[in-house]
Amino acid sequence: MMAVKPAALGEIPEVAERGGWRRAVLEFCRARPLGAIGAVVVLINILVGLGAHVIAPYDPLATDYGAMLARPSAGHWLGTDAFGRDVLSRIIYGSRTAMLVGFACAFLGATLGAVIGVTSAYFAGKVDLLIQRVMDIFLAFPLIILALAVVSILGTGIENVIMAITIPMIPRAALVARSSALAIREMPYVDAARAAGFSHRRIILRHMLPNVMAPYLIMLTAYLGQAILLEASLSFLGLGVAEPTPAWGLMLRGAAVQFAESAPWMAIFPGFAISLAVFAFNLFGDSLRDALDPRLRTQ
Amino acid sequence: MRRRLGLLTVILAATLAVPAGAQEKPRYGGELIFAVPSEPPSYDAHREETFGVIHPLAPHYNTLLRPDPADKTATRIVGDLAESWTISKDGRTYTLKLRRGVKFHDGSEMTSKDVKASYDKIIFPPAGVASDRKGEYLDVEAVQAPDPYTVVFRLKWTSGSFLMSLASPWNWIYKADILAKDMRWYETNVMGTGPFVFVEHVKGSHWVGKRNPNYWDKGKPYLDGYRAIFIRDSAAQVSAVRGERAHIQFRGFSPAERDNLVAALGSKIAVQESPWDCALLVAMNHEKKPFDDKRVRRALTLALDRYQGSQALSKIAIVKEVAGVQVPGTPFATPPAELEKLVGYWRDINKSRAEARRLLKEAGVADGFAFTFKNRGIPMPYEPVGIWLIDQWRQIGLNVKQEVIEAAKYYAELRGGNFEAAMDFQCGYIVEPDLDLYKFQSKDKSPANYSRYTDRVLDELYEKQSRAVDADERRKAIREFERRLVDEEAHYLYTLQWHRIIPHNARVRGWTVSPSHYLNQQLDTVWLAE
Repeated sequence: MMAVKPAALGEIPEVAERGGWRRAVLEFCRARPLGAIGAVVVLINILVGLGAHVIAPYDPLATDYGAMLARPSAGHWLGTDAFGRDVLSRIIYGSRTAMLVGFACAFLGATLGAVIGVTSAYFAGKVDLLIQRVMDIFLAFPLIILALAVVSILGTGIENVIMAITIPMIPRAALVARSSALAIREMPYVDAARAAGFSHRRIILRHMLPNVMAPYLIMLTAYLGQAILLEASLSFLGLGVAEPTPAWGLMLRGAAVQFAESAPWMAIFPGFAISLAVFAFNLFGDSLRDALDPRLRTQ
Repeated sequence: MRRRLGLLTVILAATLAVPAGAQEKPRYGGELIFAVPSEPPSYDAHREETFGVIHPLAPHYNTLLRPDPADKTATRIVGDLAESWTISKDGRTYTLKLRRGVKFHDGSEMTSKDVKASYDKIIFPPAGVASDRKGEYLDVEAVQAPDPYTVVFRLKWTSGSFLMSLASPWNWIYKADILAKDMRWYETNVMGTGPFVFVEHVKGSHWVGKRNPNYWDKGKPYLDGYRAIFIRDSAAQVSAVRGERAHIQFRGFSPAERDNLVAALGSKIAVQESPWDCALLVAMNHEKKPFDDKRVRRALTLALDRYQGSQALSKIAIVKEVAGVQVPGTPFATPPAELEKLVGYWRDINKSRAEARRLLKEAGVADGFAFTFKNRGIPMPYEPVGIWLIDQWRQIGLNVKQEVIEAAKYYAELRGGNFEAAMDFQCGYIVEPDLDLYKFQSKDKSPANYSRYTDRVLDELYEKQSRAVDADERRKAIREFERRLVDEEAHYLYTLQWHRIIPHNARVRGWTVSPSHYLNQQLDTVWLAE
C-alpha cells in the first residue's frame, strides 16, 4: 500500500463544487484515458451485477444433464459446466457476488480504518502508541494469510467472507489515514474547535475525517480490486462462498480443474472476468490517486 | 463425438484386458511402485482407520482369514494364517487351525499365542492402548489358545458376521513376546509374518519393502519388492502414473482422471472398476423441525432422480450405482426390481416429485422453504453430490443453502447435532450387513447415528438380521430393515454408491479390484509382466 499525502485543504470542495463534476470527469477522461477505461469497465461490472436477472440468458442454478460440459455455441455462448449450467449466466451473476463482496469490504475496511487512523492521530500519545502497536500486529501478516485465518475461525459463507476480507484491510487503511490526519491535527482550525469546547467525537467526525477524503477515496478504489481478488482466492480454496452460489473464484475450482484439458472454457472465462475486473479497478484507482495527489498532479 | 467413441473403445479394451492377464503364468521379479494419497499416522493398524496405514504396511503382515484376493465382491472368505476353521452347532464357538511353519521376519515361529495376544489387544485393550474397532467384537466372550496351532473364539451370542470380522484387513497378527514387553511397540515398529520385509520409511517421501525369502506360502510373493510413494495431490498422482513413475494408486481416481490416463497411455494402461462399499448419505436431524416429520424426510428422498443422477454424476465424480443398504451385486443386495418399489427409487420422477410436493404441503412446509445443508469440505465426491442434491431439492420448491465445513471440524458439528440436514457417509472394509448397518441403530446404541432418532423397531430388525444363521432368513430381515430405514421412516437418505476406478499400468497383474480400498493390499499375488 502506498502512502498518500493528504490533499491540501479546500481541494475536495473545489472538485465537488456545483456544476464542477461534469468538468472534473471530462478532465479526468482527457488527462487519464486508461483510468477512464477502467472506470467504464467498473461501471459495466456494476450494471451487469445489478441487472443480472435481466441480462443472463439462463437461470445460473438451472442444471441440464443433457448438456454437461458443452463447448461454446450459439445456445451457450461460453459453454456449460460439469452440471450443464450456463457459464455466461454464472459469470454474469458472479459479478453480483464480486461487486457485493468488493464494495462491502472496501467500504467497511476503508471507513473503519480511516476512523481508527484519524482517532489514533487525534489523541496521539499513549492512545496512538497502543492503537499503532495493535495495527502493527495485524500488518505483520500478509492480507491473504490473515483472511484465511479469519475465515477458518468464522467459517464459510458470504457474510463471513466479507468480514474475513474486511478485517485485514482495516489496519492498512488506518495507517494511511493516520499519516494524513497527523498533519491535519496541527491545523489551527482543529485547535480552534478544541478551544470552542467541541467533543472529541465531533472534532474527529466533522472536522478531521472529511479532510482525509482524498486518501480515503484512493484506498476505497484500491481495496475494491483487492477484495474481489481475495474473494476469488478464498472461493477457489473452498473457503469462500459455497456452491451453488455463482462466484468467479468458485467457478475455477472442482470440475474446472478436473476438466481443464477437455473443457477449458470452464476456467478461462471466469478467470478472464476476475482479471478484467481487478485490472479495471486498479487502473481506475491508480488514475484517481494520480488525480487527487497534488504532488503527482503537478508533475 | 468420434473422439469420445474412440476413448470409450480404449477404456473398454483396457477394462477387458485385465481378466485375460490374470490367467497368465506369474513372472518373478521387479519392484511395484504405487502412489499413496495419505501417510500412516502410526504403524499400528489396530488403532488406525486410514488406508494410509493399510496400503504401505499390509504387505508386512498376515491376518487369520481374508477375503479371496481374486473375488471381485470380496465376500468369499479364505484362510490366511488359519488353514481351516469350524463353527460349533450352537454357533457360539469358532475353532481355527493355524498353518505350521509360519515365521516372523525375525525368524521366530508364529503360534496361537501370537494370535491370542493380537486379538486380546484388539478386543480387550488395556488402559492407554487404543483399539479402533473393539466395538465390533462385543459378542466375543474369550479368545483361547488350547495348543500352539489352535485358536478358539467363544461368543456370547451367535453372529452372522463373525467370520467376516476375522477377515478384517486391520487385524494384523503381532508377536506376543513384543506385545508382552510393550503394547505400543507396533505404533513405531514393524514385525510381521507377511510376504514383504520392512526396509525403510522416509516420512513425506516413501516406504520400501523387499521380498520375504522365508514366506510360508511357497512360491510367493512374485515381486522383489515394492515402493509406496506418498503423494497427496490428485493431479500429481495422475502425473506419476501417466509418466510411468508409479504403476498404480490403489484408492481410486475420478472418471476424468481415468479418461486422461487412458487417452495418454492407450494400451499401456488397464482399468479395473467396482462398486465401492461406500455411500454418501443425508442425515436429517430428527431433533430439528420440520425434519422430525417423516413426511418431510420422505419428500426429500422423493425429490431425487437417482437414475438420472447416476448417469450424470458418474461422468464427473466417483459415484455411480443406485443402491439400497448393500453394495449391488453382493449376496444381500436388494435386486433392482425390488429397489424400485421403495420411496425415492421410483422410475417415474414426475410422480415422485408430485408426491413430494403433496407431502410437504400436508406437513405445512411452504413452497420456498429454506434450510441449510452442511457438507464436508472434501472435494470428491462430496462437492458434486452436494450440488446435485441442492438442485434436486430445488425442483420440489425447497431453497437450500450449502455450508461447507472443513473436514477436521465436520464430525464435531454432526456429533453436536448442530445442523438441519448434513452429508454423512458409510464406508466398510468388507461387504457385511452387520458392519454396514450398525450405524443406523438408535442414537443410544450407535454414536454414529447422526440423524439422532430412536427407533426400537429398527433396532430389533438389526439384531434379527445379525443373529440369523440362515441366509434367506437374514436377507428377509435386511429387506425389512432397509424398507423401514429409507422408506417408511426415511430416517436416512441414501444418495449414490461410490464407484471405485483403478487405472493402472498394464504390467501390473494378479491384483483384483474389490469394493473396499482396504482390501487386497498384501501384494502376495501381484506380479509385473514384461
